[in-house]
Amino acid sequence: MASLDSGGGDGGHKKGPGVKKAKRLSTRVDMTPMVDLGFLLITFFIFTATMNDPAAMQLYMPKDTDNQEELNKAKESGALTIMLGKNNQVYYYEGQLLPDGSNFMSTNFKGIRDVIINKKRTTPPDDLVIVIKPNEEATYKNTVDILDEMTINDIKRFALVDITPQENEPLKATEGSGGTP
Amino acid sequence: MPSVKIPKHTTENDMTPFVDIAFLILTFFIMATKMKPPEPVEIVTPHSVSTDKLPENDALMIEFDANGRVFFTMLAEANPDAKRYVIENVNSNRNLGLTDAEMNNFVKSYTIGVPFTQLKSFLSQSDEAQKKIVQPGIPVRDSAANELYYWVNAGIKGFQGRKINYLIKGDNSAAYPDFKRILEAFKRNDIFKFQLVTSPQEAPVGSELYKKRAGQSQTEAPATSN
Repeated sequence: MASLDSGGGDGGHKKGPGVKKAKRLSTRVDMTPMVDLGFLLITFFIFTATMNDPAAMQLYMPKDTDNQEELNKAKESGALTIMLGKNNQVYYYEGQLLPDGSNFMSTNFKGIRDVIINKKRTTPPDDLVIVIKPNEEATYKNTVDILDEMTINDIKRFALVDITPQENEPLKATEGSGGTP
Repeated sequence: MPSVKIPKHTTENDMTPFVDIAFLILTFFIMATKMKPPEPVEIVTPHSVSTDKLPENDALMIEFDANGRVFFTMLAEANPDAKRYVIENVNSNRNLGLTDAEMNNFVKSYTIGVPFTQLKSFLSQSDEAQKKIVQPGIPVRDSAANELYYWVNAGIKGFQGRKINYLIKGDNSAAYPDFKRILEAFKRNDIFKFQLVTSPQEAPVGSELYKKRAGQSQTEAPATSN
C-alpha cells in the first residue's frame, strides 16, 4: 500500500556492457507499519480520553438553627413545597398543606418545570421560596435534578429540608394507589 | 493522426501529509489525556447544568455508591503532609494503634472505605492487595457512630490555613438518606458549602438560564464577578 520505492532498479536503459551504473539507493521508506502503529495509538487515546470533565455544582445548606427562622419568614403565598418520592415521581403543594389534602398535586420531572415557572410568574420575587423535601425513597439523582431545576429557572431562595410525616402520608397513599390522582 | 501517449498513473500516492496529520492528532490526544487515578467503585454521576471546574487540590471528596457505601478521599497531591497529619490525628483520636509503615501506606493510598475497626488490617497490606479488597464503606448509618465525622474533622485540621473544597460525588441510583447522612457529618463540623460532582449538560432551550447564557455570549459581557 505505502511502499514508496522508485528507481534504483535495472529498469533504466543500458549504457553499454562496460559501463557500470552507480546503484542509486532509494530514499523512500515503507511507512505502512508506522502508520499502523500511529492509528492504533490514536484509537487508544480517543477511547481513553475523558472529554467531558466533571463539573461542580454549588450547594449551600443553611445552618440548622437558622433553618426554622428562615422557613417562618417565608410568606405562605410565596411558598412552593416540592416533594420527591420513588420512581422519579414529584409531588408539590403551594402555601400550606390543607388538612383535606386538596392542594396536594402530583407530577413528574418534566412537569415540575412548568409548575416552578408558573409559580415564579405569579409571585413577587421577594416572596418566592421553594422548599425541597425528598423522602426516604428518593434517589440522589432526583435530588440533584431538582436542585438543577432551581439553577435552570433562576430561583434564588430554596431550601433542602426533611419531609414531615404529614406530608409523607399523602405521598405514600398516592404511590400506593398506583399513579397520579 | 499523432499517437497520444497516455501517461501511466501510479497507484501509489504520497502518504506523507496523511501521516503528518495522524501524528498531529496523536500528539493532541496524548497531551489532552489525563490518567485517571484508580477508583474502588464505579460511580455514574448525575447530570447538571453547572459549569464550574472541579478543584484538584486541597479538597476532601466523599463518594457514595448505589449500595450506600461511603468512601473518603483526600485530594492533596501538593502537600502530602496534610494526609500524614490526618492519619496521625485519626490514629490518636480513635486509638487505632497504627504503625509508622501503615500510616505511610495511607499517605500513598488514594481512597479509604473501611470502618475504623478494619483500618489497621487494610493499611497493613500492599497497594496491589488494597486494590483487590472490596471495601465495605465508612459507616454513616448510625448518627451516633458516624465515622465520616471524624474523617472530615481530621481533614479540616490537616488542611488548616488553606481554602478547602468539599466535594460530594454520588451515584445516580444512590438513595437520598445516604446523601443526607453525609451532609450531617459535614454539618456537625460546621461545614455548609459543598460542591456536588456532576456531569455537564446543556441548559434546556428556552429556560431562564438558557436565555441568560445566550445573552452573555452574544454581548460578550465581561466575566461577572460573582
